[in-house]
Amino acid sequence: MGSETGRVTVISARGLGRRFGSKRVLRDLDLEVRSGEVLLVTGPNGSGKSTLLALMAGLLAPTEGELEVDLPRGRIGYLAHESLVYKELTALENLDLYGRLYHVPERRETIGALLERFGLWDARHQRVGSFSRGMQQRLALCRVLLHGPELLLLDEPHSSLDADASSLVDVLLSELAGQTTMAVATHDPNRVQRLATQSLVLA
Amino acid sequence: MTYFADVAALARKDILLELRSRDTLPAMLLFVVSALVVFHFSLPSEASATASTGLLWIALLFTALLGLGRAFTAEREQRVLDGLVLAPCDRSAIWLAKCLGVLVFLGVAEAVALPAYGLFFEPVGWELVAAILLANLGLAAVGTLLAAMAAASRARELLLPLLFLPLVIPVVVGGVGATVVDDPGRYLGFLALYDLIFAILSWASFEYVVVE
Repeated sequence: MGSETGRVTVISARGLGRRFGSKRVLRDLDLEVRSGEVLLVTGPNGSGKSTLLALMAGLLAPTEGELEVDLPRGRIGYLAHESLVYKELTALENLDLYGRLYHVPERRETIGALLERFGLWDARHQRVGSFSRGMQQRLALCRVLLHGPELLLLDEPHSSLDADASSLVDVLLSELAGQTTMAVATHDPNRVQRLATQSLVLA
Repeated sequence: MTYFADVAALARKDILLELRSRDTLPAMLLFVVSALVVFHFSLPSEASATASTGLLWIALLFTALLGLGRAFTAEREQRVLDGLVLAPCDRSAIWLAKCLGVLVFLGVAEAVALPAYGLFFEPVGWELVAAILLANLGLAAVGTLLAAMAAASRARELLLPLLFLPLVIPVVVGGVGATVVDDPGRYLGFLALYDLIFAILSWASFEYVVVE
């Protein structure tokens, strides 16, 4: 589906809802996100922000309504609360595994550049189990960006990060805004507000 | 070829994880040897070869169960399975790689168990080795699928044996049969057929198990 700006619809939801047993987390949500847009998702704990992003990633199926994401799963980058990396492997081994599975060209150079950028190069041979929560979050961001996704689903990207790392994420999001479609769920909307083209407040 | 490259990357990771954590294989080795020692002292000296063969299969089955119970532990932590499922590789590659890892662990456990069985009970014949090799394929194929299903459940410790043991009864029938009859060909063929059917079913259905 196109639009007057030439941007195609990447995510569209109609009457989207999700239940977990008898508990309804999301209800009757209509949404359209076009390529290059940044969707800011806010709301209190338990309002369904993480559920919405997991639905967009394809990890959950809607129980009500429809959700279409017009990209193959290999073009999506999903940052979850958990790092989605193996604790017994080193940072380099984890990224190498994901790089192979995503068939990243020039894998070693891409991984090296990301580790450098996120300040993990010196810790590349350390097992992730020995990482602080902030370092794990930085590694998770490396994993998400490794394959150059066209759609970024970021659940609390600033979580556990110190001031420097948070600023780095801000810069990164600014660089990606306009080129990469993003849905960012956060408790700190001020950091993303200036980039957002749409805001969604879940109750 | 990309498919097999994905399988190789995932299988290499599983072996590396085990070499680092040493969670699964030492437990399987200790269990299978301990079980054979217990059976040695609990079985009457005049017991038949059929009885000791049956006990070997029980020991191997529960050793496999022990390994399968830990097969997706690393993926459960930090929800790594979600990360693998989101990758553009064919999801059956995750099953095949995990299967290969389970086969390696089972093979190592049996490499220790069979000499111990020969020492405590009966000499190990080619029929037994052939039956075990064929049985391993079926146990790994079915077990890996069920371990993935159980990993998503809160009652995983209960669910895995409840699903696994009934489904592998044919493996025990074929394995014991091949070792106690004069012409084991029919039972070995039965095991091979079981492997083929359940490997195809598990390979084809893994995607539906790991995706909601």
